[in-house]
Amino acid sequence: MADSETNLVTINIDGVEHSVPGGMNLVDACESVGVEVPHYCYHPKLSVAGNCRMCLVEMGMPMRDRATGEPVLDDDGVQKIGWMPKPAIACASKTMPGLHIKTKSDLTKECREGVMEFLLVNHPLDCPICDQAGECRLQEFATDYGRGFSRFVEEKNVKPKRTVLGPRVTLDDERCILCSRCVRFCEEIDENPVLGFTERGSYNTLTCFPGTQLDSNYSLNTVDICPVGALTSTDFRFKMRVWFLKPTPSICTESSVGVNTEVWSREGVIYRVTPRRNDSVNDTWMADTGRALYHQVEAKSRMKSFRVDGNKASLGEAIQRVRELMTVGPIAYVGSGQMSVEDQWMLRKLVETEPGPIHFVYHQGEGDGRLISKDKTPNLRGGLLTGLIKDLPDAHLHALRDQLEKGEIKTIVAFGEDLVKAGIAPELLKKANVIYFGDQRNDTTDFVKVLLPTLTVFERSGSFINQQFRLQKFAQCVPGPAGLMPTTALISRLIGEIKGESSLPPSNPQLWRDMAVAIEQFAGIEFAKIPATGLELDSSAFAQLHFVEEKGWHYEPVAEPAGAESSHH
Amino acid sequence: MAITERRMIYKHVDEEGYSNDIDCYIKNGGYEVLKKAVQAKPEDLRQEVLDSGIRGRGGAGFPTGMKWKFLDFKSGKPIYLVCNADESEPGTYKDRQIIYQDPHQLVEGMMISAFAIGAKCAFIYIRGEFINGARILEKAIEDARAKNLLGEDILGSGYSCDLIVHRGGGAYICGEETGLIESLEGKRGYPRIKPPYFPAALGLYMCPTIVNNVETLCWVKHIIEIGGKEFANIGVKGDSGTHIIGVSGLVQKPGYFEIEAGAHTLGEVLYDGCGGPLPGRKFKAVIPGGLSMKILKWGERWKGKHPNTGEDYDWGVEDIPLDSVSMGLTGSALSTGGAMIMDDSTDMLEAMANINAFYAHESCGQCTPCREGSLWMHKLSKRMTDGQAREEDVPLLLDIADQIAGRTICAHGEAAAWPVQSAVPKFKDEYLDKIKKQANGERYNPVGYPLI
Repeated sequence: MADSETNLVTINIDGVEHSVPGGMNLVDACESVGVEVPHYCYHPKLSVAGNCRMCLVEMGMPMRDRATGEPVLDDDGVQKIGWMPKPAIACASKTMPGLHIKTKSDLTKECREGVMEFLLVNHPLDCPICDQAGECRLQEFATDYGRGFSRFVEEKNVKPKRTVLGPRVTLDDERCILCSRCVRFCEEIDENPVLGFTERGSYNTLTCFPGTQLDSNYSLNTVDICPVGALTSTDFRFKMRVWFLKPTPSICTESSVGVNTEVWSREGVIYRVTPRRNDSVNDTWMADTGRALYHQVEAKSRMKSFRVDGNKASLGEAIQRVRELMTVGPIAYVGSGQMSVEDQWMLRKLVETEPGPIHFVYHQGEGDGRLISKDKTPNLRGGLLTGLIKDLPDAHLHALRDQLEKGEIKTIVAFGEDLVKAGIAPELLKKANVIYFGDQRNDTTDFVKVLLPTLTVFERSGSFINQQFRLQKFAQCVPGPAGLMPTTALISRLIGEIKGESSLPPSNPQLWRDMAVAIEQFAGIEFAKIPATGLELDSSAFAQLHFVEEKGWHYEPVAEPAGAESSHH
Repeated sequence: MAITERRMIYKHVDEEGYSNDIDCYIKNGGYEVLKKAVQAKPEDLRQEVLDSGIRGRGGAGFPTGMKWKFLDFKSGKPIYLVCNADESEPGTYKDRQIIYQDPHQLVEGMMISAFAIGAKCAFIYIRGEFINGARILEKAIEDARAKNLLGEDILGSGYSCDLIVHRGGGAYICGEETGLIESLEGKRGYPRIKPPYFPAALGLYMCPTIVNNVETLCWVKHIIEIGGKEFANIGVKGDSGTHIIGVSGLVQKPGYFEIEAGAHTLGEVLYDGCGGPLPGRKFKAVIPGGLSMKILKWGERWKGKHPNTGEDYDWGVEDIPLDSVSMGLTGSALSTGGAMIMDDSTDMLEAMANINAFYAHESCGQCTPCREGSLWMHKLSKRMTDGQAREEDVPLLLDIADQIAGRTICAHGEAAAWPVQSAVPKFKDEYLDKIKKQANGERYNPVGYPLI
């Protein structure tokens, strides 16, 4: 920020002087001071193509005498502005001192009307059935900047409908305005250049190169950036009008990247997940696999009722039974990187009340060097910062298995992790009393004594700390199944049961007031004031740890620890 | 009265006994200038070209020396020289004659130019359909390489430069400077936006690149031979050298003439050179420099003060001197010199519909106004010639052209719009008259020759 502040230049937009960062794209610069320059092909994260011509504006610079370099003044002693004879595109121009632009002049208006009319001549006027209605810039700009009528009476070009470009993307060719955003995305961001144009002129058609299809795990980003209704998500097509949907800011739990998302829901049902812009984390992109995670909410494996010894029970009965089992013998806890910071903090409180060793599962898988990391949990760092774990956990629960084999542990309190998958054989598990907090049925849930169903990330609010030690908030998108409550409330209730006290379930702001005092890195943080794009935390205390993540779009692995480096000498 | 040609570029074109063989070229003094040039300092050669005041002959007429001056010599990246031999403008066929009949003139001009700008690799981008032209050039290059006139250590000077023939994608837009570069890189021929992709800084493979027309590169040889300052005396102030005027269309003897810039008027070339209109016909209009230029109508007059001479002028079409400065005063341009002539048998609606069909077909489709506008103009003008037009279609046609010109990435927008922008106002009566007659039930029956 300091850099751009010192780099400010003054430009004149429609007769008003504004201070904007020098060298900034003019579309962005105008937006930053509240002036809209309509555009289709320009996207802040893609190269400039300059082909839609919607952002044409008039530009000029203060005139100087060519020979002497002296300013040319008018009769009033004011420096004259040399306006360019033709309109210029704002997207391919950058701010520079003294630049003058007109975004509302007659010529600019005429240019926009012209472009709008051209874009609509071969476009089907099928708004009532188009899937993009409500998110179509063609519709919006036609209203805002169009002439309101068309003089085109010729026969329209008819291009194909419902072209399948890949497993998740369907193209309506006739709606495509050839802005090439999707082509550029595939080339520049996805580095999987399968899209291109064929034919010429008005017959130009978007297509995959022969023998290829748009099947990368980032293919749905092309749908997000399509400014009109041409590229659609096969999953979401015609399911719901977007104006009925409510977007809620959330975080993708697919990996430790913590992609910022919007979760779109209506009447408690989620319809789609799209990326939310955060230039420090995911720019404006997300993986297709992360978008499918909302299906867990309505999945068949979803657990919705409290159970004791396999039978339905009330919350009170379940908590009572947990309390009993916790007194049987030594307890071990299994925490998770899927738990929110608040959940982890409450678990730490529980462990302090009823001590026992804490185990943690480190889920590892393939990273793609982009927005999916090797660490498959959203909140491993939370475990470190809340003090739940001191070092990086193992990928398997071998230590816990050994303890079980030796008979050192009688009761396991597990949070969301499948213990069988994490390396504890079912026979061994049967010998212990397993208390399980989780939202999905798995191999472990068959052996539990007490089951406490929890809410998914879409049904509660909280925070995660991603691979960059960036604290990011997620909000509740839909209400959870009746009777279910956040893990923090469940643990709080259990602690109350153990201590013989009753207390109200803690709110996130309240938990943060506690954490801000107890945890050095959280000092001064208020839950409500965590910015939408997150807050970078001090990670110096963990510099010596070897995290599994490899380089991603916005993640540089910490260099070899000092000790390893000195061994070279 | 016959017109006086001054053949420099076309010196050997159509000459009896002259062939495109390298021995023939050398026998006639070929490659002597290259021998001299590789001993000179490159910056001195560039200065000669700048001093000559030569303008590019690809159509836009930008001063060549100035273009070379913009080259980014400091980037440390390789510099490329590209010859634009796409020549896809209807009405223009001057470069083809050089390639077919005197290819070594181009090769020599290119090697001198490459040495002057420090290019280690040069390309000739030739229109894909010109198969014979490409073969002739390839043979010429092979022969020149065998004589060490190109390739490694040219003539023992220590300078090396290779020359490669690349057959183009066969699209009009691949003749546009940056569209050509994209095509040469193996991509679809889409023009690049300027800024930032000024070829002199970010051209082929994002390296500094000079793209010059065939004739322009041939001129370099003559400029170095004569000397830049001396060369500037040929022609008129602001337009040195000669112009090849290629006349096609409705004249008695179509053909080409190389005349000193400004030495003859359009009328002299058409009447004295080409024998005037066909028997019993009168000239109606001329497109002076390739299809994309603005059309001039017989009977139009231009008045003003000539910027170079300061003299008053009052010209009809016949009186326009054939140099780019004078032609510019009419609102049109001499451009490639490809003059297309229409006489009173030409149906303007048909001719313009034909032009619109061409540009609709050749629009690359990258940017909105040209992509959609050119097809719209085509559909509308087709409806006119089909006898289905309304009176309001005439101003509409003009308005569509106005919405295209000046608002596109490359000059194809202007190319598509200018013919309409000039023809509709100038022949408005003919348009309206035809439409009225159709409305009255008269059958639309075009006579004469449709253009192109």
